[in-house]
Amino acid sequence: MSNYSYIVWIPLLPLAIFLVLGIFGKKYFKNTSGIIGTLALLASTVISFIAAHQYFFVDGKVNGVYQKIIAFKYTWLAFSPNVSIDMGIIIDPISIMMLVVVTFVSLMVHVFSLGYMKGEVRFATYYAFLSLFTFSMLGLVLSSNLFQVYMFWELVGVSSFLLIGYYFDKPSAVAASKKAFIVTRFADLGFLIGILILAFYSGTLDINTLIERLTAVQSTHFTSIATAGFLGVSMLTWGLTLIFIGGAGKSAMFPLHIWLPDAMEGPTPVSALIHAATMVVAGVYLVARLFPVFSMDASVLTIVTYVGAFSALLAAVIACTQTDIKRVLAYSTMSQIGYMMFALGVSKQVGENGLGFMASMFHLFTHAFFKSLLFLGAGAVIHFVHSNEMKDMGGLRKLMPITHIAFLIACLAIAGIPPFAGFFSKEEILMAAFHSNKIIYGVALFTAALTAFYMFRLYFSIFWSKESHHHNSHGEGTVSMKLPLIILACCAVGVGFIPFSHFVTADGSALETHTDMLFSIAPVTLTILAILLAAAMYKNENDKPAKAAAAFGALYKAASRKFYMDELYLFITKKIIFPLIGRPVAWVDKNIVDGLMNLLATITAKMSVLIKGLQSGKVQSYALYFFGGIAALAVLFIYLWK
Amino acid sequence: MNLSLLILLPLVTAVVILFCKGLKQVRSVALAGSVIQLLASCFLLVAYWKEKNAGNHSPMLFESDNVWFTALNIHYHIGVDGISIAMILLTASVVVAGILVSWTMEKLSKEFFFLLVLLSMGAYGFFISLDLFTLFFFLEIAVIPKFLLIGIWGSGKKEYSAMKLALMLMAGSALVFVGLMGIYYQTHSYDIMQISQMHIPLEVQKFFFPFAFVGFGIFAALFPFHTWVPDGHASAPTAASMFLAGISMKLGGYGCLRVATFLMPEAAHAYSWIIILLATIAIIYGAFATMMQTDLKYINAYSSVSHCGFVILGIGMLTQTSINGAVLQMVSHGLMTALFFAAIGMIYSRTHTRMVAQLGGLLKVMPFISTIFVIAGLCSLGLPGFSGFVAEMTVFMGSWQNPDGWYRLATILACASIVVTAVYILRAAGKTVMGPISNEYAVLTDATWNEKLAAAILVIGIVLIGVAPFLINQLIAPGTENIMQQVGKLITQK
Amino acid sequence: MNGIPLTHIIFLSTALFFIGMYGLFTRRNMITMLMAIELMLNSVNINFVAFNKYLYPDKLDGIFFTLFIITIAAAEAAVAIAIIINLYRSHRSIDVEDATEMKF
Repeated sequence: MSNYSYIVWIPLLPLAIFLVLGIFGKKYFKNTSGIIGTLALLASTVISFIAAHQYFFVDGKVNGVYQKIIAFKYTWLAFSPNVSIDMGIIIDPISIMMLVVVTFVSLMVHVFSLGYMKGEVRFATYYAFLSLFTFSMLGLVLSSNLFQVYMFWELVGVSSFLLIGYYFDKPSAVAASKKAFIVTRFADLGFLIGILILAFYSGTLDINTLIERLTAVQSTHFTSIATAGFLGVSMLTWGLTLIFIGGAGKSAMFPLHIWLPDAMEGPTPVSALIHAATMVVAGVYLVARLFPVFSMDASVLTIVTYVGAFSALLAAVIACTQTDIKRVLAYSTMSQIGYMMFALGVSKQVGENGLGFMASMFHLFTHAFFKSLLFLGAGAVIHFVHSNEMKDMGGLRKLMPITHIAFLIACLAIAGIPPFAGFFSKEEILMAAFHSNKIIYGVALFTAALTAFYMFRLYFSIFWSKESHHHNSHGEGTVSMKLPLIILACCAVGVGFIPFSHFVTADGSALETHTDMLFSIAPVTLTILAILLAAAMYKNENDKPAKAAAAFGALYKAASRKFYMDELYLFITKKIIFPLIGRPVAWVDKNIVDGLMNLLATITAKMSVLIKGLQSGKVQSYALYFFGGIAALAVLFIYLWK
Repeated sequence: MNLSLLILLPLVTAVVILFCKGLKQVRSVALAGSVIQLLASCFLLVAYWKEKNAGNHSPMLFESDNVWFTALNIHYHIGVDGISIAMILLTASVVVAGILVSWTMEKLSKEFFFLLVLLSMGAYGFFISLDLFTLFFFLEIAVIPKFLLIGIWGSGKKEYSAMKLALMLMAGSALVFVGLMGIYYQTHSYDIMQISQMHIPLEVQKFFFPFAFVGFGIFAALFPFHTWVPDGHASAPTAASMFLAGISMKLGGYGCLRVATFLMPEAAHAYSWIIILLATIAIIYGAFATMMQTDLKYINAYSSVSHCGFVILGIGMLTQTSINGAVLQMVSHGLMTALFFAAIGMIYSRTHTRMVAQLGGLLKVMPFISTIFVIAGLCSLGLPGFSGFVAEMTVFMGSWQNPDGWYRLATILACASIVVTAVYILRAAGKTVMGPISNEYAVLTDATWNEKLAAAILVIGIVLIGVAPFLINQLIAPGTENIMQQVGKLITQK
Repeated sequence: MNGIPLTHIIFLSTALFFIGMYGLFTRRNMITMLMAIELMLNSVNINFVAFNKYLYPDKLDGIFFTLFIITIAAAEAAVAIAIIINLYRSHRSIDVEDATEMKF
């Protein structure tokens, strides 16, 4: 086995850049910080491509299976002799795949930002935060220890917080960043408790050991966790469900998805990187990372499946009604992640049954490219028209030809039109769903059609519809903005042809997949119909959308208000937690607990008032007491003390 | 290394300060003294490692034992283990930072710095004492200056707060003293190491443990005796707030551990459910109370109640990991709150308000102060890379090792507080440093060199623990092992 | 000398003591109060001397005590007058009722 310890440099380079730009950026690298950050990330990307090449093609399989390699390990914080947080690097197909995706998309975003963020006052800070995010995300995917995952999990959360709140003087951005952090934090609580449960029963935090111990059915570890129960549910189910809650929070699954649309307050390239391609799939990655354990418990997988499918559908419905282009994309992200989730949910660990796992990872892979392309395209559009609203756009195809083509490719990819990337991965997911659960298949199929509809609604509204009234003053954007669009568009066309199932599967051995033409007919037909419908409604300005909205009535209204989820959360926090818990607690503290202390003091003071009259300040009365006392004592001792 | 140096240095500094004239002389003497003290503490750390590496496994190092008062068997017995060294380093860093942030204290500067240095002397003495009487003696020295510091240099309802704080802490000392007397009349010794070798009967332990634990607990903001914390911190001048939260509250935690738990482990075991109950209440309740505060100092003070709950929780859980966590949390909380108060003080000295609602957008005009404010906040909500994460997670992991179902529930509730912490920290940070800035603040200036230096010292500590926790873990582990042996030994003896 | 019985002398000293006490209780002028105290001290001195002479003629303890008290009284008078003078300077009065700052 060859040495992979150089992989350490992949996350460390961005970390170094974060420190350098964070501390000295403002003073010394005001204008060059973008170049520095991009170059460092280029190095990281190159290293990760080398690592991927080495892993998949040079070392290859041993006994037909890709090995899990621990490239690096250092005991960081030992809790007890067995349980410790180790800083480690795990190398297996999914971590390598994620490594490539994260560095590559991050590189694209770095390059794009050179143009997009040009002239910002806090340019260096922006790149510092981007590097911090990249570092954390890379650390997350490389983690070999469950607690290490949690640490980087938190770090990506905070870098997301910092980047969403990048325009810190905008109250909506501040609110969105807080919301994102708090909602995911709430989910992380589940993750943390899940870790505590799993770590206690398996006696380790090391992912490989943990998986080994909890998948061996006869082992004492497994029997203890499977038999111990709470509220009639086994601890295994509790632990995994809680961990899934953590993943659902980061991956914006229902009902913890409310932060994602608001997170679009951040700069658009950030949305492309964090809230489309990398961080939001962390939840999927987490479930995939622990998939052998998840596959031991059918009930958790069922939860994963239904949450994923429901989120996919819900988000797709909402996306059809949104008018802010970034929010449409945000909901589409949520919907696509729902796909990945339920694909994992319907999967099994071994062999042919592991199709769902492979499909999920494949979709994660392709989605990263076309979704970041969509966001960067949207970024270019926003940069051009200075607005996020669909109504301010229209007819941009002539003014922004490159963006237009790239966006169209991405839309075709996400809609699942062959031969674009999304087609292949979505096909596998549908296949996996079809073989395990027909309801889920139905939902997935319907969602696929909805996806095509809202994506092309977006596409036509931006690039067709009414004629543009924008003056082509500053052109389509700098080279640095166009280049990533072109590269990503090529990827969105090409990556579907990668024989993904040979590389990334649940059990490490290759899986033969075959595209079934007959099977593809249904989804592709539906998708094309949806696109045609969208074209009919939105290609030219007309009153069909309004009519359609009116026809759906309450449903449309509810969907455009995101099914009142925000209101519900606001109600819980503003009407229940603050007035019914926070305020009473503060009141009790001020009046009862502190009141008791003050009461003690008051009683003492009252007592002193009662007896202070004796201290009259008159010497003579003191003398009188004194002599009177002596006389009394004298009488006492002489006559009474017998 | 002679440990008495740690007491003598501040004493000499304090005396020299009395002979100085003017703010400039006073502050340079105070700074010089505290920096030398910090260096001495670092030297102590190095010496400690050398001894340990040379294979010295005695529980206490650099011991020295002199009879102080024969009739009552009072000794001046000092010595350190890893826990004390961690506390001493914490104290030294907070003192340097505290003196740096009071660089422009014009009002009665001589007396101010004198009291600060005196307070620190009490803390050093407390942490190195191995004799219960001298320990108590230094505890008192550390209490008195606080009254004056708040009463004279404070703000708001300072007389009330100073009185409240002094009275409650004095009540705590009185309880501690009863506990110490109980131990003394049982064992006829004040020597901690000696007493630990003896066996105090369970009934005696059960009677006197609450006195000692609650007494020290008042210092460590044990619910429901925490109410001095918000008022005291809010009224105190910046440096005094830093000292209070960074040092004084640690005296309590250290006392709970070193005196109450170490000497009366069986009682600690028997009462652990009460301790854990109170700690869990403090954590949750403190967090919710924080959420409702509008004054930055109150926010931090109430969050201290919540965070010190973790210290008590860790001690109450009585597993080695949890006690490790409690010590880590003490150090981490000390550095973090000191940083937080320093940042609040810097903001207050510029904007003249601490009300969250009136502030906003400070990041634009004071990036440095805002950054340290956010760093302190992120450390407080337990972000990896900062010390708070390491400490809290160690407490959680340690608490979780306790297999009792109710203790598990307490741990989960304690974990839940991290969400509430996130809410109030982000509310404070979001309102204060982010958001639009009002015109009156648009002309304010960023931190000066002394403020930057003060913040840097504390941030370095926080990040060092956060990034390389194995260092401090190795430092304190022998000490906590020693305590755990005591707990284990006596419990199995039964 | 033998003609005077001890009771006479004790009577004298008791009278002196209560005169002093009366003066201390009733006078508001501090100087007078001081004088009253001196009276009481002297009554004690008389007692010491008398008991020494009548009960233990071969010992000198009572005489010593008397001398001791006289010295102390002198010192005390000096301190007291110093206080009174200071009080007069600050209050323009030596009436004991006027100095009430120290009362609760």
